[in-house]
Amino acid sequence: MLSIILLSVSGLANLFLGFLRSNRLILPLVLLVLAAVLAINIFDVDNSSAFVTELAQRDYLRGMLYFDQYARVFTGVIVLTALLLLPFSQKYVQDDNPNLAEFYSLMLFSLVGAIMMVSYTNILILFLGIETLSIAMYVLAGSDKSNLRSNEAALKYFLMGSFATGILLFGVALLYGATGTFDLNQMGAAIRALPTADASLAPMMYVGILLMLIGIGFKISAAPFHFWTPDVYEGAPTIFTGFMSTVVKTAGVAGFFKLLVVAFGGDTIPFWLPTLTTMLVLTLLIGNVGAVAQTSVKRMLAYSSISHAGYLLLALVALRSGMLSASAIFFYSLAYSLATVAAFGVLQLVYNQRQREDYEGLNGLARTNPLLALAMTISMLSLAGIPLTAGFFGKFQLFNAAAQEGYIGLIVFAVVMSAIGIYYYLRPIMAMYMRPAVEGAEAPVPVTALQSVVLVVLMGLTVLLGVLPGLLDGVLNVQ
Amino acid sequence: MLTALLLIWPVAAALLLHFVRGGAARALAFGASLVELVLAIYAAFQFQTDYSQPHFELDYAWLASAGIHFHIGMDGLSLLLVLLTAFLVPLILLASFRHDYENPSVFYALVLFMQSGLIGVFVALDAFVFYFFWEVALIPIYFLAGVWGGERRVQVTLKFFIYTVVGSLLMLAGFVYLYYMTGASGAARSSDLAAFYNLQLSAQEQSWLFLLIFAAFAIKMPLFPLHSWQPDTYEQAPAPATMLLSGIMLKMGIYGTLRWLLPVVPLGASRWVGIVMVLAVVGIIYGALIAIRQRDMKRLIAFSSLSHVGLMIAGMFSLTAVGLQGTVIQMLAHGVNVVGMFFIADIIERRTGTRQIPELGGLTRATPLLSVTFLVILLGTVALPLTNGFVGEFLLLMGVYQFNPWLGAVAGLTIVFGAVYLLRMFQRVMLGPDSSFSAVIRDLTGAELAVLVPLVLMVFWIGLFPGTFMHISEPAVNKLLVLINR
Repeated sequence: MLSIILLSVSGLANLFLGFLRSNRLILPLVLLVLAAVLAINIFDVDNSSAFVTELAQRDYLRGMLYFDQYARVFTGVIVLTALLLLPFSQKYVQDDNPNLAEFYSLMLFSLVGAIMMVSYTNILILFLGIETLSIAMYVLAGSDKSNLRSNEAALKYFLMGSFATGILLFGVALLYGATGTFDLNQMGAAIRALPTADASLAPMMYVGILLMLIGIGFKISAAPFHFWTPDVYEGAPTIFTGFMSTVVKTAGVAGFFKLLVVAFGGDTIPFWLPTLTTMLVLTLLIGNVGAVAQTSVKRMLAYSSISHAGYLLLALVALRSGMLSASAIFFYSLAYSLATVAAFGVLQLVYNQRQREDYEGLNGLARTNPLLALAMTISMLSLAGIPLTAGFFGKFQLFNAAAQEGYIGLIVFAVVMSAIGIYYYLRPIMAMYMRPAVEGAEAPVPVTALQSVVLVVLMGLTVLLGVLPGLLDGVLNVQ
Repeated sequence: MLTALLLIWPVAAALLLHFVRGGAARALAFGASLVELVLAIYAAFQFQTDYSQPHFELDYAWLASAGIHFHIGMDGLSLLLVLLTAFLVPLILLASFRHDYENPSVFYALVLFMQSGLIGVFVALDAFVFYFFWEVALIPIYFLAGVWGGERRVQVTLKFFIYTVVGSLLMLAGFVYLYYMTGASGAARSSDLAAFYNLQLSAQEQSWLFLLIFAAFAIKMPLFPLHSWQPDTYEQAPAPATMLLSGIMLKMGIYGTLRWLLPVVPLGASRWVGIVMVLAVVGIIYGALIAIRQRDMKRLIAFSSLSHVGLMIAGMFSLTAVGLQGTVIQMLAHGVNVVGMFFIADIIERRTGTRQIPELGGLTRATPLLSVTFLVILLGTVALPLTNGFVGEFLLLMGVYQFNPWLGAVAGLTIVFGAVYLLRMFQRVMLGPDSSFSAVIRDLTGAELAVLVPLVLMVFWIGLFPGTFMHISEPAVNKLLVLINR
């Protein structure tokens, strides 16, 4: 709870920093706040290790929010991601963007939304969290006002997003009508009892469940609700694309998992599982096959982010393995976020200098900026799931959870898809190391000391988790 | 612990290289690889007599929640391959001294990194550790070939990478299945080698598991018709990378088959053995026929290697004691010979600027040392008695003959064909009418001799006293044979 309060208050206070003549204070202050939130989250104790059992102590807003270990761990991933991503936005500070304070405030607010999405115990809070996150994202996607693409991205995201919100809300309403409660635990109990207790209400509940699946599927860009993703990701300023594909995805999947386990568990699972499985297969297929054909690295990363939503859905499909699934989602989303932040960070820096986001834009980077090239390489290898990087053990844990539940066919399909992935993840590496720089772009890309440190941290964490995955064993002690 | 040290030392040295610039980097890398060799020899002397059991084990809970352990150790078979790696890497480094590679510290760091990956493959006693190092070994060689390679390097290395990774993913799928089966009877799941050996699987399961796992090994070896990445990659990669690929990396596939395939799914192996045998023999003939027609020395050696590896595969899949022993000895012999051959091709190319056989000729007059060492290594490859190739190929042929006399007869053509194309190459490059290079070419320098003399000594050592090595590998091989025939 402390993290939500701190982020909200500093978000509000940050708005007033816009009145200062210089923008230079804002970024350091925001980073400081994020570091403080992360520290509180790691050392703070406002948690118990129970996972959404009976709400006893330390629940907030009359038991609508609950900070258990699950919420704490995912809050950690989300805040860490933001903390590592923001240093790459330094260009905006230097350019003296007039709306800078608002951008950072919106980011802080969206983090509040993300934290609500992983700590809710009431469907309304989940909805509020999603909306807080999304509205901030609609604005940020269009923050590059003079850029047509950015405007298009914002409009597209907003129109499609509000439509999905409507569907989600419709689902919430139907479920409320069927069960008479918003509380996650009570709703779960009611849903399990409903088919036998009051069969006439069952269709309402089933429709409600499906509508919620669609609404959340849109937010995590699962196929067939992914059509907005490539355009929005490409149009939005790179730094916010990075934010969308990490924070939004982590929060979405973690919240989704909680919803499925607690509210739609038990006998309801066979009803929605085929839907989710179909979504998984489509997402993996479209993400991976779509990424192959791209010429822009940013668009490739957009499709790759779709495909990673597909891998994460594997853990949701295997949710009956409980603990195994939860910790797989945790490990994978951390590994994926670290790698994605590095990729978008490097892409943003290259774009600042070379004004290109296609593969040729990366040509010869190994010669001009060995550090950037190495960071990008490790990030790509991690996304591809090659050993020595965190991505390998992330994928392994997901497959492990799925295998536990006997989804061998799905695993084989996912393995084939990752084989396709290797092709497009190698392309940036080939561009950086094996092709000379495009004429006129031989100058090194400027990197500040802070950005270098962050890149080293990202690489270090990725390799560390790839060599010693046991470090995070048992961090998520879900019962 | 010694195993862990052997594993970590090259990585540590590779990291150190980052702080060194220019020529010092290669000296440091060479020094580090010599230390590794000393460590490996020390390990060999520290071995207690029982070569069938893993020594110097390390067992660390890697991913405790999943029952995966970082379990490594060396038995006789592992020891021999670790020794081969530790012996060849310093020579490969020394052989590259004449080249001026851009970014030498990165180049040599990658070679050392690769060494760690290779040793990891040979000492892994847990399936996921094995897979981990299997992939780790691929990353440095991809960059070595892709950054420092020839003109067509980008497409060629992409093909190589995707080929091998697809194979490894299939192997991983097989391992995951085996890992799950260890928990089938209610016991805790484990990916340990011993747990895999204890599995009781139906013939049907073993049959498709064999295909999954063998895919990775067959691509790496490579088995006909999965070889199409090989000649291009060998040709395009810089000389040290080619030597690493052909000398050591190729053995990963054969070693993997010996340790992780045949004893784990013996029924699957016996189901497919006929087809593999035929493919291997086809590979022998195919490689030899193409080698005869090659004009490029490097490509000729690549196809000759394909042909000789075919014989190794055939001997191994005879599943007889002689066949397996022959495979082990031939792994050592082939490693020594092929590195020597590629190095000599590299020397000639550097001196004359061409690898095209028709453009060369009459080099021998000005280069007595080069001619002698070339001839010795060449005869080793041809498998002349008293050289290393003879011991291995003789045992292999015996194995194939025991399996099926007809196949044995056809496989014997390896030696006949090998003599044809190799001696013809020697004749046209070194003897024959003088070319424009005959007068000006320089003989071997000190550093080159330092590479070739140990190789030549090895050719004779393995040829004259194969017992030194066979008595190390025999207990381990016999143990594998018991598991295969269970």
